[in-house]
Amino acid sequence: MDHLLEIKDLSVVFHIFGADVQAVRGISLQLNKGETLAIVGESGSGKSVTSKAVMGLIPNPPGEIATGEVLFEGKDLVKYSKKQMQKVRGKDISMIFQDPMTALNPTMKIGKQIMEGLIKHQSLSKHDAKNRAIELLQLVGIPNPEKRVDEYPHQFSGGMRQRVVIAIALACNPKILIADEPTTALDVTIQAQILDLMRGLQEKTGTAIILITHDLGVVANLAQRVAVMYGGKIVETGTLDEIFYNPKHPYTWGLLSSMPKLHAKTDKLLAIPGTPPDLSNPPKGCPFAPRCPHAMKVCTEHMPAYTELSATQKAACWLLDERAPKVDPPATIGVGGES
Amino acid sequence: MAEKTEKLLQVKNLKKYFNVSRRDVLKAVDGVTFDVYKGETLGLVGESGCGKSTTGRTIIRLYDPTEGEVIFDGQDVGGKLSLKSKKELSKRMQMIFQDPYASLNPRMMVKDIIAEGIDIHHLAKSSKERMDRVYEMLETVGLNREHANRYPHEFSGGQRQRIGIARALAVDPDFIIADEPISALDVSIQAQVVNLLQELQEKQGLTYLFIAHDLSMVKHISDRVGVMYLGNMAELATSDEVYDHPLHPYTQSLLSAIPVADPKLERTRERIILQGDVPSPIDPPSGCRFRTRCPFAMDVCAKVRPKWHEVEKGHWVACHLHDEGLKTEKA
Ligand SMILES: Nc1ncnc2c1ncn2[C@@H]1O[C@H](COP(=O)(O)OP(=O)(O)OP(=O)(O)O)[C@@H](O)[C@H]1O
Ligand SMILES: Nc1ncnc2c1ncn2[C@@H]1O[C@H](COP(=O)(O)OP(=O)(O)OP(=O)(O)O)[C@@H](O)[C@H]1O
Ligand code: SF4
Ligand code: SF4
Ligand SMILES: [Mg+2]
Ligand SMILES: [Mg+2]
Repeated sequence: MDHLLEIKDLSVVFHIFGADVQAVRGISLQLNKGETLAIVGESGSGKSVTSKAVMGLIPNPPGEIATGEVLFEGKDLVKYSKKQMQKVRGKDISMIFQDPMTALNPTMKIGKQIMEGLIKHQSLSKHDAKNRAIELLQLVGIPNPEKRVDEYPHQFSGGMRQRVVIAIALACNPKILIADEPTTALDVTIQAQILDLMRGLQEKTGTAIILITHDLGVVANLAQRVAVMYGGKIVETGTLDEIFYNPKHPYTWGLLSSMPKLHAKTDKLLAIPGTPPDLSNPPKGCPFAPRCPHAMKVCTEHMPAYTELSATQKAACWLLDERAPKVDPPATIGVGGES
Repeated sequence: MAEKTEKLLQVKNLKKYFNVSRRDVLKAVDGVTFDVYKGETLGLVGESGCGKSTTGRTIIRLYDPTEGEVIFDGQDVGGKLSLKSKKELSKRMQMIFQDPYASLNPRMMVKDIIAEGIDIHHLAKSSKERMDRVYEMLETVGLNREHANRYPHEFSGGQRQRIGIARALAVDPDFIIADEPISALDVSIQAQVVNLLQELQEKQGLTYLFIAHDLSMVKHISDRVGVMYLGNMAELATSDEVYDHPLHPYTQSLLSAIPVADPKLERTRERIILQGDVPSPIDPPSGCRFRTRCPFAMDVCAKVRPKWHEVEKGHWVACHLHDEGLKTEKA
């Protein structure tokens, strides 16, 4: 198949004093042209590190890509020099960071920050770049763009800053847009506009999107495929409908049943007890075993292999082994909506 | 749910303006009025830039109010404060910040971040007592003891936010302003943190002002919800009332814009995507602040600022559609 991006057996380690944090532990993923792939999962599970590895932004030291390849249009980005990566970044692959504070330079005017990439990658004149910057600000819904283009980040609220970050990412019409929590800081009417904007951009330009988010509503709205990460591994992948209506991994079950439902009264949320594993000393077997209500002896000893559930869905769980007891997903999965 | 009626915090016509240039004044908060009852959670939602954080920050006196009153536990804390009363206030009122990156000092170890308030207010008699409290707080928020000697940059976004919560809880406050405390957390941890905040509330009688943009979570955690728009309060009522019978057109469009975690429903759902830009708080629209985007705007909306009033018991709204005078005029 013609994958735009293919991640093969990627591992990322951070060497901090006295410990090696194994942030990403041998993951493989494909991104097809024009699709939106959502990566969801526990906080600290390695989603941002994965996307930074794709962007060549793992700080070294302390970080290191220990194994694996990141093939973009067939070429391995891991082998690229700093200079080669700079050309890829912003032009072919661009990223919207989780954190709009550090993504923007506090001492530089908003407009100038948008113009930088346009001048570097598209050789626009200063004048044209500024006009395009104003256009982009308008596109992402900043009021008075002609005026605000000359303001500084601190004069913008959190949500407005994130819209600027999106404008910068979109500036050069990238082939891949990695959006790390792109709408987390935005309220829902603007989120609805941004999701619309991202979808519109995708239809127009065929940009493939890797969407990292905690909001399963946003996933349901925008993604076609979903990868669920836990403890530095991908525990389940599938199409949107497979993950929401026929999930097979107990962590996916927990994820779906810990959301509040807008249209129903939930007394207490069903939280998954415990904390995610310490990745400086990851468990030998299934990373979810210490929190999994269905854990068996084998789970703590051996990492489960993937079971192919359909052409598009697979999960890594011992429950899917034919020798394991049959377990039904919890009734609380009851997906959102009309219930 | 027992009705909570004792006022812990009264905010009256609170204004916070910023001088952004020699000529321009930015009206971040422009006359909001609400009470927070002891032991309740008041949720605050609204458009990005509408002044939610500024409201919180002005209440806790990170900013001095431009106008209006803030009365905390019977005491006026909106005016000039001595250093001593500011310090006392900072023990009783704590804030959990929107941004877990900027709010933690990168050069401090986690244990010292959490113990910051303990040290300022001399709450630990020995270094052992101090560390015991730090460990207790780490475990309360679902982190491990081993995390005490690490630095913030070694943590993921979600883990950092839990450090911020531990820091706020460490001084044993009465009132917590939580500014987007769970936005950066994934849902299973959100559920833990929200359950944790609720447990702490039941056990210690904490009162929360909970600022967030996730309306389903705000509905879940809040007794009452206030909806802000461009420095004003548009609507305030019990959370069921706001979600089941929203009166203000802005609230109605907010509710329709929420993405639902159900792909089939998402594919078919009609949503009102609000047209137009959010007006600038430097030069806000006359009359009703929402009129430039409101599907129901009338002539009067440009001329007269709608009054903030209680249309039904406990249900406050500022909209001419629900103006008593106008209703009788029309009838
Ligand atoms: N610079 C760093 N030094 C040391 N450890 C790091 C560094 N950056 C990330 N890590 C560790 O790598 C792991 C994965 O972090 P990552 O930021 O990818 O999580 P995430 O899945 O994006 O979580 P969140 O949803 O909270 O953003 C975490 O355990 C984190 O502590
Ligand atoms: N220190 C400041 N100086 C000047 N303007 C400010 C300052 N802080 C906030 N503002 C402005 O005040 C308005 C309200 O900002 P605030 O941060 O309170 O919004 P918010 O409702 O918390 O938004 P968000 O949901 O994006 O966090 C915005 O227009 C913002 O640009
Ligand atoms: S492998 Fe075992 S511990 Fe892991 S998710 Fe499956 S049942 Fe639970
Ligand atoms: S006062 Fe007028 S413009 Fe404002 S919300 Fe009501 S109907 Fe709309
Ligand atoms: Mg992340
Ligand atoms: Mg804010």
